[in-house]
Amino acid sequence: MGENGINRKGGEGRMWEVFTQKKTGDPHEHAGNVHAHDAEMALQHARDVYSRRNEAVSIWVVPSDQITASSPDDAGPFFDPAEDKIFRHPQFYKVPHVSKKRR
Amino acid sequence: MDEQQKLQEFQDRIDAGEKIEPKDWMPERFRKQLVRMMSQHAHSEIIGMLPEGNWITRAPSLRRKLALLAKVQDEAGHGLYLYSGAETLGVSRDEMIDDLLSGKAKYSNIFNYPTQTWADIGVIGWLVDGAAIVNQTMLAKSSFGPYARANLRICKEESFHRKQGHEIIATMMKGTPAQRKMVQDAVNRWWWPTLMMFGPPDDNSPNSNELIRWKVKTKTNDELRQSFIDRTVEEAHDMGIEIPDPDLRYNEETKHWEIGEINFDELYRVVTGNGPMNKKRMAARRKAHEEGRWVREAAEAYAEKQKLKEKKAS
Ligand SMILES: [Fe+2]
Ligand SMILES: [Fe+2]
Repeated sequence: MGENGINRKGGEGRMWEVFTQKKTGDPHEHAGNVHAHDAEMALQHARDVYSRRNEAVSIWVVPSDQITASSPDDAGPFFDPAEDKIFRHPQFYKVPHVSKKRR
Repeated sequence: MDEQQKLQEFQDRIDAGEKIEPKDWMPERFRKQLVRMMSQHAHSEIIGMLPEGNWITRAPSLRRKLALLAKVQDEAGHGLYLYSGAETLGVSRDEMIDDLLSGKAKYSNIFNYPTQTWADIGVIGWLVDGAAIVNQTMLAKSSFGPYARANLRICKEESFHRKQGHEIIATMMKGTPAQRKMVQDAVNRWWWPTLMMFGPPDDNSPNSNELIRWKVKTKTNDELRQSFIDRTVEEAHDMGIEIPDPDLRYNEETKHWEIGEINFDELYRVVTGNGPMNKKRMAARRKAHEEGRWVREAAEAYAEKQKLKEKKAS
C-alpha cells in the first residue's frame, strides 16, 4: 500500500510533481507528474518523460501530496493585501526629468 | 452564489479567454467531459504504440529503426502527459488503466486496423500523425490548462513523427514499381479510417456544441477534417499517390478539396469492438501489463525496504 491510499500491489506507485530547468540560470518550471515508488525512480521517469530532447539540465521531483497550494476560491481575499499597495511600483513616484547630455 | 450564477461566471471566464485550472470551480459536466477526453486521448497514445511496435524489429535499415523506436517511445510519453493532465481532476492513474484494460474505456479507432507492410508505417506517420497534429494543434489552445499544456508538449514532438513517415513513403515512391504499389495499397487502406479519426460529421456530433461553447475545442470535426484533407491531397499528388476517392474534386470557388461520402457505418462497427484488431490490441495491452507486474511489485518492495532502513538508522 502506498502513501496516498489509492495504490494497490503492483499499482502505479506514488505521484510526484516534476519541475525542470531548461538551462542554467533559468528557474525550475512545473512540467507535469510521474508515478514511481521512490525518489530515484521518480527522477529517472521524469528524465524519460519530460526530457527526451535535452529539454532540461536539472530536474526536481517532489511527492505530490507534499505540496500545499493556495485555493482559487479565496484567491481574491488571499491576494488582496497586494492590491492597494500602488506605492510598491515605480509609477507611483514622480522625479524631475533630466535630459541626458551628449559628450 | 447559486448554481446558475456560478455557471454564468464560468462561461464569462471562458468567453474572456481565461484558462480553467483544476482547482477552479467548474460544472460537473465539464469535469466529466474533460476526464473522458483526456483519458481516451491517453489510451489512444498507449494503444497507438502497438501497430507500429509491430515493425520495429523488421525496419529495413538502422536509420529507420532508430526513428521508429524514438517515435514509439514518444507516443508512450504522450500517453503519460495526458494521464498526468487527467489526474489533476481527481481520477487516479490506476483507475484509468483499469478502465482501459477492462475494455470500459475507449481509444481511437484507427489503431484497430492492422499494419500489413512496411509502407503502412510510412503511411501511419504521414496520415495518422498528420491528422493527430491538426487535432492536437487545436487542443493546445484548449480552455482547460492541463489539457492545453499536455497538447503543447505533444505538438512539439509530432512534426518529427509526421516527417519520418512522409520521408518513408516519398522514398518508396521513388523506388521500384513493387514499392510504389505497396505505398498505394497502404494509402488505399488507411485513407478513409484516417478521415474518420476526426469523428462524426457536425450534424451528428453529440458532444461537439458543448465542447465548443466551453472552448475545449475551437473547431468542429468537419472543419478539422477539411484542413487535413486540403494539406494532404496536395502532398499525395506531389508524390504521385492517388487518393482512393472517385468523387474527390477541387472546388475553385471555395479553394477546398471536396471528398465523397464517408462510410460512417464502418466507424460505428469498429468503435463498437468489431474492427479487425480490437481483440488483439486489448490482449497485447493486458499481457504487457501483467508481464510488467513483477517489476512494479519489486520496485514497491524495494522502496518499502529502503524506508525501513532509513527509519532504523534515524
Ligand atoms: Fe502522439
Ligand atoms: Fe505521433
